[in-house]
Amino acid sequence: MELQQLYTDLILEYNRDRTNKRKIENPTLSEHGHNASCGDDITLEVKMDGDVIADIAYTGSGCAISQASTAMMAELLKGRTVDEALRLVHLFLDMIRGKATDEAQLEELEAAVSLKDISQLPVRVKCAVLGWHTLEIMLDKLEAMKAEKK
Amino acid sequence: MNLEAIRNDFPILKTQCAGRDIVYFDNAATTQKPLPVLEAVFDYSTHRNGNPHRGAHPFAIAASEAYDGSKETVRRFLHAKSTREIIYTRNTTESLNLVARSWAETHLGPGDKILITIAEHHSDLVTWQRAARKTGAVLDYIYVDRETGRFLPEDLAKIDDPAVKLLAFAEVSNVLGVRFDPKPLIARAHAHGAVVVLDGAQSAPHRPVDVQDLDCDFFAFSGHKMCALGGIGVLYGKEALLEDMEPFLLGGDMIDTVGEQETSFAELPAKFEAGTQYVEGAVSLEAAIRYVEAVGWDAIRSQEEKLVRRTLEGLRQIPHIRLIGPSDPAEKEGLVAFNVDDVHPHDVAQILSAEGICIRTGHHCAEPLHRYLGVGASCRASFYFYNTEEEVDYFLEKLKGVRPMMGYDD
Repeated sequence: MELQQLYTDLILEYNRDRTNKRKIENPTLSEHGHNASCGDDITLEVKMDGDVIADIAYTGSGCAISQASTAMMAELLKGRTVDEALRLVHLFLDMIRGKATDEAQLEELEAAVSLKDISQLPVRVKCAVLGWHTLEIMLDKLEAMKAEKK
Repeated sequence: MNLEAIRNDFPILKTQCAGRDIVYFDNAATTQKPLPVLEAVFDYSTHRNGNPHRGAHPFAIAASEAYDGSKETVRRFLHAKSTREIIYTRNTTESLNLVARSWAETHLGPGDKILITIAEHHSDLVTWQRAARKTGAVLDYIYVDRETGRFLPEDLAKIDDPAVKLLAFAEVSNVLGVRFDPKPLIARAHAHGAVVVLDGAQSAPHRPVDVQDLDCDFFAFSGHKMCALGGIGVLYGKEALLEDMEPFLLGGDMIDTVGEQETSFAELPAKFEAGTQYVEGAVSLEAAIRYVEAVGWDAIRSQEEKLVRRTLEGLRQIPHIRLIGPSDPAEKEGLVAFNVDDVHPHDVAQILSAEGICIRTGHHCAEPLHRYLGVGASCRASFYFYNTEEEVDYFLEKLKGVRPMMGYDD
């Protein structure tokens, strides 16, 4: 894989995008995610409005791939329901693992589809999935909380 | 030093990457292996392979000779009194674990202190955390000056506390690159009878070691960071201390007599070497020591100094570079850690890798140090005697391209 294929303009743009790189006041849930070996370290926050992700933001530091990927995720999932978000998170993780390849289906991931080729670069996979994996843990917690209430 | 001849001994350095010989600057992680080391192992496995200290056939005898012979070379290398004081392990980490389990856990208790430094590698830190937790001892730290990388003088006074029963530190920090002269610190700790463990992982490959002159109680190093194969390491320990310790691992070769309920253990050093030993590793270590000594400590030192000086001078000319630890080349031992503004170390390493340059990125197994310095992670270029100034220049040139590649104008 050539460098220019990895560090595309789109990825560099999202890496530097600060729209959702911020703290949320009184978040419903906050979750820390890190890759011990490379020093990627993020805190993801969500604010729920009933079943809908009203706001999603992150802080911390990480490589361009992890930062861009998390920024793309935040943009994609704001305003989605938990079920919808979980479905998209799983679709993204499947794409990175090389399991989901249907291009029409992957279009649903919007900007994040540009990370598809990371599946060919095993050392960067954990960077690409950091934010998504962290959110998956949070959404699972929300589901569990919901089930408890019932 | 004939650099070209030396490089010819390392075929791996001729690996083609990005249209040139690969630039290997990750020597603090592991060094490459010269042909004489590989040939020694090949020769052993081709002609002499057996299980040492067992059996009466020619291969068992040849294996014993190879294993025990290498120990004598290591003893000489460390200037130890006796091969009874030389224990083979897998690496520095295992050596330090051995001391933690077999000495610290049985000799420390509540009210005692273990003193280490904030610059330690995880192997010289996590080990003591557990020893402290198990024994009720307190784990305390000597901190470093964030600019110079030197121990804070007021923290050095902690060594004088009679409650300090164990002092452990790395002679050379694998991040700061600073060397801490161990001798005065050891003497200071000995003044009230503390035991001193020296982590030599980053020093033994680069400078001569004299454990008797240092008077350290334990000294640990890894073969693979000085041209030997992976998987062979050494623990030196003073004989009286080793005699007074429980075995680390139990099994074959480390016993004297075994009954159904009771066992008596073998003499040193076998007491600490359970199971079939890594003779190939021992053979490689002996060959590596001979190789490094043939290159010569003065030549190694002068080449590494040249490389560090050129690197630091070059880095000064590049905007947006932040050095970690001191910037004075006289204060750096063969390695330089740094960051590029706004670019995560992982991306720096990826970009350099595409240009055929191998550096290390991350915490370098020193997370508490990075946190103390307020740095998330870092890049590290580390040298060995086979690296060249031309490689440094190429590295500096490509480093200049990192920020533009990531979309920054300057």
